[in-house]
Amino acid sequence: MSGIPHDHYEPKTGGERWLNNRLPILGLLYDTLMIPTPKNLNWMWIWGIVLTFTLALQIITGIVLVMHYTPHVDLAFASVEHIMRDVNGGFMLRYLHANGASLFFVAVYAHIFRSLYYGNYKSPREVTWIIGILMYLLMMGTAFMGYVLPWGQMSFHGTAVITGLFGAVPFVGEAIQTWLLGASAVGQPALNRFFSLHYLMPFILAGLTIVHIWAFHSTGNNNPTGVEVRRTSKEEAKRDTLPFWPYFVMKDLFALAIVLMVFFAIVGFMPNYLGHPDNYIEANPLATPAHIVPEWYFLPFYAILRAFTADVWVVMFADWVSFGIIDAKFFGVLAMFGAIAVMALAPWLDTSSVRSGRYRPMFKWWFALLVVDFFVLMWGGAMPAEGIYPYISLIGAAYWFGYFLVILPLLGVIEKPLPIPATIEDDFNAHYDPKTGGTHTAVKPAE
Amino acid sequence: MLRTVTLAAVAALGLAGNAMAASEVEITDYDFPYEGPFGAFDQMQLQRGLQVYTEVCAACHGLQYVSYRNLHDEGGPGLPEDQVRAYAAQFETFDEELDDFRPAIPADKFGKSALPEAPDLSLMAKSRAGFHGPYGSGLNQLFKGMGGPEYIASLLTGYEEAPACAPEDFPGYYNVAFGSGGFPESCIDEEGHHMVPGSWIAMPPPLLGDDVVYEDGHEASVVEESKDVTAFLMWAAEPKMMARKQAGFTGVLFLGLLAVLLYLTNKRIWHRAKYGPRDE
Repeated sequence: MSGIPHDHYEPKTGGERWLNNRLPILGLLYDTLMIPTPKNLNWMWIWGIVLTFTLALQIITGIVLVMHYTPHVDLAFASVEHIMRDVNGGFMLRYLHANGASLFFVAVYAHIFRSLYYGNYKSPREVTWIIGILMYLLMMGTAFMGYVLPWGQMSFHGTAVITGLFGAVPFVGEAIQTWLLGASAVGQPALNRFFSLHYLMPFILAGLTIVHIWAFHSTGNNNPTGVEVRRTSKEEAKRDTLPFWPYFVMKDLFALAIVLMVFFAIVGFMPNYLGHPDNYIEANPLATPAHIVPEWYFLPFYAILRAFTADVWVVMFADWVSFGIIDAKFFGVLAMFGAIAVMALAPWLDTSSVRSGRYRPMFKWWFALLVVDFFVLMWGGAMPAEGIYPYISLIGAAYWFGYFLVILPLLGVIEKPLPIPATIEDDFNAHYDPKTGGTHTAVKPAE
Repeated sequence: MLRTVTLAAVAALGLAGNAMAASEVEITDYDFPYEGPFGAFDQMQLQRGLQVYTEVCAACHGLQYVSYRNLHDEGGPGLPEDQVRAYAAQFETFDEELDDFRPAIPADKFGKSALPEAPDLSLMAKSRAGFHGPYGSGLNQLFKGMGGPEYIASLLTGYEEAPACAPEDFPGYYNVAFGSGGFPESCIDEEGHHMVPGSWIAMPPPLLGDDVVYEDGHEASVVEESKDVTAFLMWAAEPKMMARKQAGFTGVLFLGLLAVLLYLTNKRIWHRAKYGPRDE
């Protein structure tokens, strides 16, 4: 499957041969597990394993939670309390599942920014990137619907706000909103369908995970240098790569253990830190919480949504040229989805011939600013929409679009990249081989 | 050590979009024995808190998600089974099968609030945040906790003489820790700022000192009673806190051990690739 030449599976016993002639599953597993992987991958290449693990964790804890949960507006909140109080280990299941969502997003943001820095999205890995963005969208939808299920105050009123966004779509908005909710307002039909979809979507995500892995196993992994593995012969490829098992499996498992230590500390000692106290109050349509805030992982895009108020000139311009069809509310919705869309278009917006940010002196700084911008937007999304905060969000949103639509295309033209290493082997040896002046010395005394 | 912090309550900010409603509240960072990764509920304090709840709070407030049998559970007040049975038998509960009231048994729940406008207290300690900020960073909550219990204790001890700016007949009771109650126009200055912290709460001061007689001879001042009942309400909101911390501790410990083993394995595996002979 992989474009990198490597040894293929050879059945060794009669039994293996028998099975392989009928279903080449052992060969498939062997080729997947032994895939040649660039040996210079750094610690930012561990998030894929964390994400796969988290998906499994969420599906397993979720399936057990469903055994005790009741999707009914009068019973949902009480059934969650039943899980917390009466179900054996139920409190752990629920806290693992609720905080698992946060772990999922920490990992996915690290994974996305890793790819943005090292140019993983560039040719020939555009399909991997696009599938990844689809998975991210699906994750957001799943997380949002899952947050509705405890039927707390923030669940209810958050749903009202977010589905209200679709109401901003001109002409058909109200119809879409009613169609999504199954009624004119958030209630039993909405809870039922969100529950159904919240159960379904992780399995689609699991399917896309396989396609995502398939895609980058076809092109081969990118690596911190952005230099491709040599493919002219098996011998040359071997000098650039190591098999995924055991080298990267062990490395990833070690990293996963460290990440899970932090995760368990949060679940065990501060499981409600990342949530909102308001969600421990049962949903009451008549009492709106003073300050409706989405979960932290939605905040950057929530900030972009709210940044474009009616007094911003681009909004006024859009309103004018569209004869009032695109008002401030709809503009905000378009901006929010647009912020993810421009990310998806990065492979075609980035004009640089050099893949990795490591060898792009100007890009580095703009990228660092994008990371800062992401956190500023996250903070802006959490603050009330008044005073100076919408302006900060507006600047943040402008930079987000500016980075993808202006800076990435321009940099490729004006930037003079640094020399890149000829091969992955050179890069690796420069790090580790004392004979070629590596920075690390061998622990073993000289033979 | 007790520290009193003044915080801007985010209450009533967002929607109306008027800064006038901004209310400052005074939350005292009371210390509780269950705080921190190794903190544990003090069984005696939970029992005292149960007494305060039973003799004072329960007149109006309910604990609809808590069962009487939970009083016997490990990591809680730890009442012996016969005491739980005797405790439950004091109360009447409505039995749908009998279509009549009968004495409660340990399997029954404490029940809903007797006074419809009094909020249920089962989750009060988790559904309020006493600490915020600074500047929306969440750091206060990271280091001090969400502040739900501190909010409850501060509210119970937060009743003060109404300020002079308020009209005598203003409805409710002035409380410096309560941010979302009524507030007289006469206490708002020209710039729209509240001149005094807190607001007016509908609940009359529930604790006046010596409201209960503790069997263990503990001091029954307003502050001590407030802390005891707050600890009890924290247990009511999170009855599995001890088991949860235990699970967290075990998890971190064993994952740490696993991480060390994986680190050594990984190092060993990679050693040859990094420093070993290149051509084999």
